[in-house]
Amino acid sequence: MTDPEICPLGVDGVLIRFARTLTEAANTRAIAFARQVKAAALQGVTEVASSLTSVRVGFDPALTDRANITTQLTHLLANPAAKDSAPHRLWQIPVAFGPDHAPQLAEAAALAGVTQDQAIAEITTQKLRVIALGFAPGQPYLGMLPQHWDIPRQSKLTPQMPNGALVVAVRQLIIFAADAPTGWRHIGQSAFQVYQPDAAKPFAFQPGDTVQFCAVGDAELTALQNRSDTNGGAQVSAVT
Amino acid sequence: MPHLMIHSIGPGVTVQDLGRPGWTAQGLSTGGAADRRAILEAAAILDTPIQAGLEMMGFGGVFSVDRDTRIALTGAQMQASIDGAPVPQNTAVLLRARQKLTIGGAKQGVYGYLSFAGGIATPQIMGSRAAHLTAAIGGLLQAGATLPLGKDTTPLAPPVRLTPDDRCAGGTVRVMPGPQTGYFDAQTPARFTKTQFTRSPRGNRQGVRLDYDGDGFTLSGGLNITSDLIVPGDIQMTGDGVPYVLLAECQTIGGYPRIGTVLPADLPIVAQSAPGTKLRFVFVTVQEADTTATSDKATLAALRAQVTPIIRDPHDIADLLSYQLISGVTAGNEL
Repeated sequence: MTDPEICPLGVDGVLIRFARTLTEAANTRAIAFARQVKAAALQGVTEVASSLTSVRVGFDPALTDRANITTQLTHLLANPAAKDSAPHRLWQIPVAFGPDHAPQLAEAAALAGVTQDQAIAEITTQKLRVIALGFAPGQPYLGMLPQHWDIPRQSKLTPQMPNGALVVAVRQLIIFAADAPTGWRHIGQSAFQVYQPDAAKPFAFQPGDTVQFCAVGDAELTALQNRSDTNGGAQVSAVT
Repeated sequence: MPHLMIHSIGPGVTVQDLGRPGWTAQGLSTGGAADRRAILEAAAILDTPIQAGLEMMGFGGVFSVDRDTRIALTGAQMQASIDGAPVPQNTAVLLRARQKLTIGGAKQGVYGYLSFAGGIATPQIMGSRAAHLTAAIGGLLQAGATLPLGKDTTPLAPPVRLTPDDRCAGGTVRVMPGPQTGYFDAQTPARFTKTQFTRSPRGNRQGVRLDYDGDGFTLSGGLNITSDLIVPGDIQMTGDGVPYVLLAECQTIGGYPRIGTVLPADLPIVAQSAPGTKLRFVFVTVQEADTTATSDKATLAALRAQVTPIIRDPHDIADLLSYQLISGVTAGNEL
């Protein structure tokens, strides 16, 4: 990996870019650096946000300036935290893969060169990381699946995905939250809401969280969708 | 609690304040007023903290209140009257209970703001009252609705006004380099600054499209750049090389290449450009851009210092007889 670039992003922000193309290493480093900057509690910093391969540090120009922030960020880059001490969380989220809930599973599995059963096994055994949240509020990009899942988006857009749909493309999974067309393929269905604006904690995920899906039957998914005492039957635990 | 009654309303009216910063990492942009300066101007004119008002895209509506309150109209210039008497812009005006405030179409600019001295008192969501349409927070206001207001504690405060920067007529907008400016070959930013753009009819709180004659502003390296963080003011080039200037309700991460960032000080010029308005861009250095950086608090303090009292000529007061000009006068025999 090359040295990180420090770029301006607005008069009140600095972008630290760890790579120009997405790799797991660059993403891991971006998320760890965002945690490190937050923990450093620099004077005048208003917001720290990570994305796929970069971190934006916003600052209040009345309290600090670009030169000062850049000096401190350069120092932090040169002295990464020996151990990432922030708590990490593991989410376990039920997903139904029956034909009614996974209309494009067969097609996606074929593109990945595996059977449907193998596809479900690969998707549910691996722990995936929340690479970034975006497109719609709280919507997670989860990665990375094995290399053979580097399948393209479909050229024809699916007009609308149900909330909680599990969709796949380019070695990543998304739990869909937007009322928007998508080229990603629909391979499973959860009852999980990633974003609940009226809740005390509106966003389920943080970048860097890990997610593991567990397969459930269609009847169990329907039961979960009808329950108000749980967010889709998801369990969250702290991991060290 | 005082209330605002909405008797009729245009199609693009929402409650807005300065939005909800801090959720970029979760995929929620700050949002808030398309013309943030107009919210700060209202706070200066009404001598209040920064608070929520109505953002009216292109057209206002007919409103009344059930308790006397001062109001201020800032941002786009909109035809406005109270019971038929014209309402001046950028001025603290008393709206009495049950008077009818009528706000028509924008004469210049896009986003007009109607602010109340007591503020709008709808519940906060994540620390803000601002509607964020793409994030399903709040929504477009409808005729027949009522909104809770805060109480105006000094409705009879002497009238004041502000002469704001004109920002509704287009013109030249300053742009600073961003993380992807260097992705374009050197001729493209140069050509970009030589081009006259016209604000397209396509635009909303997420961003506005710019029309122009000539070739698109495409990236020589193609479109497969990694998606990265966006800030309002970023100028992104869509697939065919057409620029969009992103506004308050933009997405947080985007995959289109961005040639630079409009300075926050000049972004209201873009937001307030009605379709057909001419715009040009000029690049400034990061150092020059940074000299314009200011906090909302500092901007508000500067605006408060510019507010001036109005000495009103009684000839200009249409409803002079309705004023209580003799209250406080005594009979002289009770001392």
